[in-house]
Amino acid sequence: MSIEVRNVSKSFGGRKVLDAVDLKVEQGELLALLGPSGSGKTTLLRLIAGMETPDPGSGEILFLGDDVRGRDVRDRQVGFVFQHYALFRHMTVFENVAFGLRVRPRKVRPSKAEIRERVEKLLSMVQLEGFGGRFPAQLSGGQRQRVALARALAIEPRVLLLDEPFGALDAKVRAGLRAWLRRLHSELHITTILVTHDQDEALEVADRVVVMNQARIEQVGTPHEVFHAPATEFVMDFLGTVNVFSGRVHRGEADFGTLRLPCANVPSHTADQVRLYVRPHELDLARDSGRQDGLTATVLRSVPAGSCAKVLLETVDGVALQVDLPFERWHELSPIDGERLEVFPRHVRAFVPDYSI
Amino acid sequence: MSGTRRQLGLRLGPALAIGLTVGGMIVLIALPVAAIFVQALRDGIGGYSRALADPAALHAIWLTCLAAGIAVPLNLVFGLVASWAIAKFVFPGRELLISLIDLPFAVSPVISGLIWVLVFGARGWFGPWLDDWDVKVIFAVPGIVLATLFVTFPFVARELIPLMLEQGAEEEIAARSLGAGGWQIFRRITLPNIRWALLYGVLLCNARAMGEFGAVSVVSGHVRGRTNTMPLHIEILYNDYDVTAAFAIASLLALLGLVTLAVKRWTSRRTASELSLAGATTS
Repeated sequence: MSIEVRNVSKSFGGRKVLDAVDLKVEQGELLALLGPSGSGKTTLLRLIAGMETPDPGSGEILFLGDDVRGRDVRDRQVGFVFQHYALFRHMTVFENVAFGLRVRPRKVRPSKAEIRERVEKLLSMVQLEGFGGRFPAQLSGGQRQRVALARALAIEPRVLLLDEPFGALDAKVRAGLRAWLRRLHSELHITTILVTHDQDEALEVADRVVVMNQARIEQVGTPHEVFHAPATEFVMDFLGTVNVFSGRVHRGEADFGTLRLPCANVPSHTADQVRLYVRPHELDLARDSGRQDGLTATVLRSVPAGSCAKVLLETVDGVALQVDLPFERWHELSPIDGERLEVFPRHVRAFVPDYSI
Repeated sequence: MSGTRRQLGLRLGPALAIGLTVGGMIVLIALPVAAIFVQALRDGIGGYSRALADPAALHAIWLTCLAAGIAVPLNLVFGLVASWAIAKFVFPGRELLISLIDLPFAVSPVISGLIWVLVFGARGWFGPWLDDWDVKVIFAVPGIVLATLFVTFPFVARELIPLMLEQGAEEEIAARSLGAGGWQIFRRITLPNIRWALLYGVLLCNARAMGEFGAVSVVSGHVRGRTNTMPLHIEILYNDYDVTAAFAIASLLALLGLVTLAVKRWTSRRTASELSLAGATTS
């Protein structure tokens, strides 16, 4: 089902949590709402679910073109999954999943046998066959969240809304569930909105990512778009580690003081006070290369653990830098703490600071 | 945890504290309770049952059960509604309401009785008007019920509010998103989650309703066989030097207290499991 949010605002006690937000969710896609806490992403999700009402006169929320603002969460047919699961603690796993079917009006309630069959099917879908008789307290966090997902799917929702579903789990379980959720979504193709503050989660799972900040949407795009072509300084900064320099731009070139580099995202802009962003993997290190287009920096420390080696440096101007090198390159170079190396930015993005705030 | 505690051994300080506690419990609580039963059975089972079979005693027991029978269900309903409203919703005046619920605990029971005399007594606000209709509230059964109702007002709500606040409203919201209506949510989610705390609240409320002396004493008028409840009847018997009969009836109230405590032991474990949820821990 497609969902459209048009010009929707929400305030709590005079504080704007959502400021005239527009968003379109396409049929069958998995959309991530990504942002720091307080950015309004959970409020937007709860508005779509019908757990909150938009500010009076502020806009509309459409399900398949149908305005649902007057409809309670009960009648919106949404599957909602909470960060802390919200499982019914006094019910078994089976009863939790069956709940949405059992509370239906008699005319549309499935028979006992049908309910049993549906619940068993859902439990096997979330890989919890044989757990029907357990109570939530007897399950691990990851298992609980899978029960919550099965419970939400039992009512055959038109849209699945996940509010930081893996936020309370530890990193390993989270990564596993993330991949599993993606597989499940490609099987079911149900329109899904996932709220998260974890950029890796959003980039890995979602078809499209909505980056939110301070009650507004900063950018909507595919993971590739938001990561490689961030629309704002905030998006650049939020989606991963960055190195920041201050400098100038002039006719599409970034000017670091001692060197100039082509800067793709501001082709004809000229500004004196800009911030130049380079991601750690977009920097190269060299020793006595003879090239003139580098910066000089002192090696503080190397962290040779993870998927690449991190080298932490400081420029002569006192700017802290992080450079990610593939391990072969790191071994080849073998940077020594305290030595001076040359730093070569390969890709620069410039953002003009916003003085309007 | 208990292992480390035991390993510490009994040094002087802890030994003294434990000894003092146990000694205090024996002298101040266990002995007096035992004394009630000893005194009540001083004249044997025959004397005991004779004392209970006395018409005035039977009437006191009946009146006590009547007052509790009206006050407890009303306070059960009120306590449930109040704690539900307070725990699951935020509204203006909520904090004030939480404080007001405790008012009957804060004022002396005598005052709790006197306010009803002030309202419904012969010279009270509605006294003359009630007189015209020939309705007696003060020095009659309705006054006793009202006083009991007031004094036992907070018990159920006080048990439920902390538990319900702790549990939050997320399960209810989840149930709603799954299509459940208001009554279905209450019956299938809210009520099962609080049933043991509710049971204990009702028992406490009942114990206090049956045992209330001060407030009831003010509005009752102490008419033997007409407006005496068990605690009032005990006092009259005791003042008449009928010690065996006084303690026989007192033993009933003591027994009620012991049963309440036993149920408390049992329900508090259940309440703990009501709190251990589903989302409190991660693994």
